[in-house]
Amino acid sequence: MSRFNRSACAGVIALVFLAGVAIQCTPSQPASRRGGAAVQSDVALAAQKTYVAPGDLDTYYMFASGGHSGQVYVYGIPSMRHLASIPVFTPYPATGYGFDDDSKKMLGDLTWGDVHHPALSETKGDYDGRWLFINEMNGRIARIDLRDFKTKQILGPVPNLHGNHASSFVTPNTEYAMMATRFSRPVPQRPVGVDKYATEYKGIIAGVKIDPKSGEMSLAWQILMPPFDYDLGDAGKLASDGWMFFSSYNSERAIGKLEVTASQRDQDYIAAVDWRAAEKAIAEGKGDTIAGVKVLDPQKVPGIVYLMPCGKSPHGVDVSPDGKWIIGSGKLQGVTTAFNFEKMQTAIRNKDFQGEEDGIPVLKYASIKDAEVQVGLGPLHTQFGPDGWAYTSLFVDSAIAKWKLGTWEVVDKAPMSYSIGHLSAAEGDTVSPDGNYLVGLNKLSHGRHLSVGPSQPESSQLLDITEEKMKLLYDAFTEPEPHYAQIIKADKIKTIEVYPKEENKHPLAIWDIKDAGVSRNGKKVTVKMIVVRSTFTPTAFEVQAGDEVTVAITNIEQTTDELHGFGLLDYNINLVIDPGETKTVTFTAKKGGVFAYYCTNFCSALHQEMQGYMIVK
Amino acid sequence: MQAFLQRTNWFLAGPISLPVRLMLLAAAVLLAATYFLPLWNLTMFAPQYPDGLRLDIYSYALAGGNRGQDIKEINVLNHYIGMQDLVNESFTEFKWMPFVIGALALLALRAAVHGTVAALLDVTMLFLYFGAFSLWSFGYKLYRYGHDLNPTAAVQVPPFMPPVFGYQKIANFEVYSYPRAASYAMGAAIVLLLGGLIWTWWQSRGQAREDRGAA
Repeated sequence: MSRFNRSACAGVIALVFLAGVAIQCTPSQPASRRGGAAVQSDVALAAQKTYVAPGDLDTYYMFASGGHSGQVYVYGIPSMRHLASIPVFTPYPATGYGFDDDSKKMLGDLTWGDVHHPALSETKGDYDGRWLFINEMNGRIARIDLRDFKTKQILGPVPNLHGNHASSFVTPNTEYAMMATRFSRPVPQRPVGVDKYATEYKGIIAGVKIDPKSGEMSLAWQILMPPFDYDLGDAGKLASDGWMFFSSYNSERAIGKLEVTASQRDQDYIAAVDWRAAEKAIAEGKGDTIAGVKVLDPQKVPGIVYLMPCGKSPHGVDVSPDGKWIIGSGKLQGVTTAFNFEKMQTAIRNKDFQGEEDGIPVLKYASIKDAEVQVGLGPLHTQFGPDGWAYTSLFVDSAIAKWKLGTWEVVDKAPMSYSIGHLSAAEGDTVSPDGNYLVGLNKLSHGRHLSVGPSQPESSQLLDITEEKMKLLYDAFTEPEPHYAQIIKADKIKTIEVYPKEENKHPLAIWDIKDAGVSRNGKKVTVKMIVVRSTFTPTAFEVQAGDEVTVAITNIEQTTDELHGFGLLDYNINLVIDPGETKTVTFTAKKGGVFAYYCTNFCSALHQEMQGYMIVK
Repeated sequence: MQAFLQRTNWFLAGPISLPVRLMLLAAAVLLAATYFLPLWNLTMFAPQYPDGLRLDIYSYALAGGNRGQDIKEINVLNHYIGMQDLVNESFTEFKWMPFVIGALALLALRAAVHGTVAALLDVTMLFLYFGAFSLWSFGYKLYRYGHDLNPTAAVQVPPFMPPVFGYQKIANFEVYSYPRAASYAMGAAIVLLLGGLIWTWWQSRGQAREDRGAA
């Protein structure tokens, strides 16, 4: 009896023990990742390939959009070091941007912008290192001069167009930058209920003419489009020069919960615009004037726009280096589509259409498509290397697929951490990609960096693409939020580090301290000021309460890195004046009393002594 | 035939030994323990979810990993393919399962106290039926989740059967589905009940031989 008892108890205890062990038995990592750690030699190689020794320089610049920070970030590659932030659509106290009269005027009433797609100026389809164009959602586009990395012009908000996402995409000789609507609205702008969305709301594609000498932008023409959400674009080049391609979703013309309502059709469109034809039609006076802009209506002026069906809710559209293929990536599917430009032209000639949208012919999909490439889930954007290599980012798969134009064979996949959006190859959207570096611009970084709380940085990963297999080299973490970026060979950019005195044509510039001082015209007071190590001249000035005061400050230094600041306490004034530069700030002296101004940007051993007083009587 | 039935009646009316009574007691304890332990676990990995999303199924509720956040995350992801939300309300099982397990534990205790083979057989058979039905029900629930997809969902995927047991790749996810402690406890309980039954039958055969020998 007791023998049975013991063995029964032992059996029960064993079973309970087994159950206890089972509590811990859930997988801690997927089978696919077990034993996948990088070997030591790979790490050493990656370190060697990204290490830029102290004093040495990177070989490429990367210009990354700063998203809703309103800035452009500049990185060195391969080190992935953040070199500078260029403020464009938002004030930036670090450089005094948005505080002086000129930049304040440029910003206008808007102190933020959602920056998306940088576009380096091009000559014959290659980056020429002169300007960087950058769009933002409030219908604006800006030009940064790459001589001094400063924002020189903001165009817009332009009329008719709303939500400028599909921008800035320059043409191969920087004839145009482009803008297009993401949020269709009534054109001309007027209050119309969303129930009339399908018929009364319109999209707009706009051509922004760029002066070949000065880079000055002007709104040249617009095209009235069906109310789709225009998303991205790329200019045709070489074989397809003269054409511009824009992806679009919501061809359902749906409203409300778009994540469902705009995802119903299996195909949306890529809009192909013959921009030379648009230019010609405008020259012939075929446009209607709406809100002061010449607008072409494709119903009245045919032959300018065609729609290419592309599945499903396409995001990226990218033209191959030779211009022969247009790669459209339906973000809600597992393939990316290669359209053949020649076949597209033939289809247009033969009127090989499968329908129309508001008078715009829809080309027959089967007639213009060369391949559906099985890249993986959630394809977004494609960049290129030499020899026909293409690299497509996959959001859902969180990876980059490498494949070949023409054979459409996928040869490699590199996992990205995590959820890649855009990607940028060295000169990877030009006619001659370099094929050495590729940066994946990921949306999520979780767990790959020291924790900084809930506001997480984004992750940018550098890959080596010189060999058959892509190799991860480096993780960098960027502030929110890079969308697209472009990578240009460093020696293409010729910068200045001081503004030469002879180029300063500012009417209030002074170079001799004898000219410094206060002048009055009624209630308007002008203070001409000089800054040089380590003094303001004048070191004090007096105004009357209620005066409109303009302080014009010239930094007469001609030495690299000798910036001076002008921080006026309690008046929210903060300028930084670069060597050889003159900046002005105009304000009303509302508050009476004594207020100190001082140099904010460290300049010399006696930087702390560089100060003065404004006395408001 | 008559003889067989008589023998069966005689067997069913017979007593069970003290060790078997203790085994029944242990089975009841194991069943009671299932209230505190998860029955099943689904763990899903994707590149974006290197630590995995975890879902524990108890007899009375679903419990997401990461303090419940994982289940919300799973529902957010599933809505893209038009899958219904995983919520406690859609599982009628959670209403009757704890009650049935409790009833089975009481029946096991009853058999331990009454000490008859009939009572042991009752609780064993009911338990087997309950176990089989629960597994089918769980599998069928998963089948419905994978097949009743909203036709207007943003991402169209072909209907699929999520894994009931083992590993499966679904889109960018690697899904693992395995039983957990409460299932093992139930498994142990059924082993105890069946073991007790077989042992008693074995003993009764020996007893019958002895009786015949005595006669």
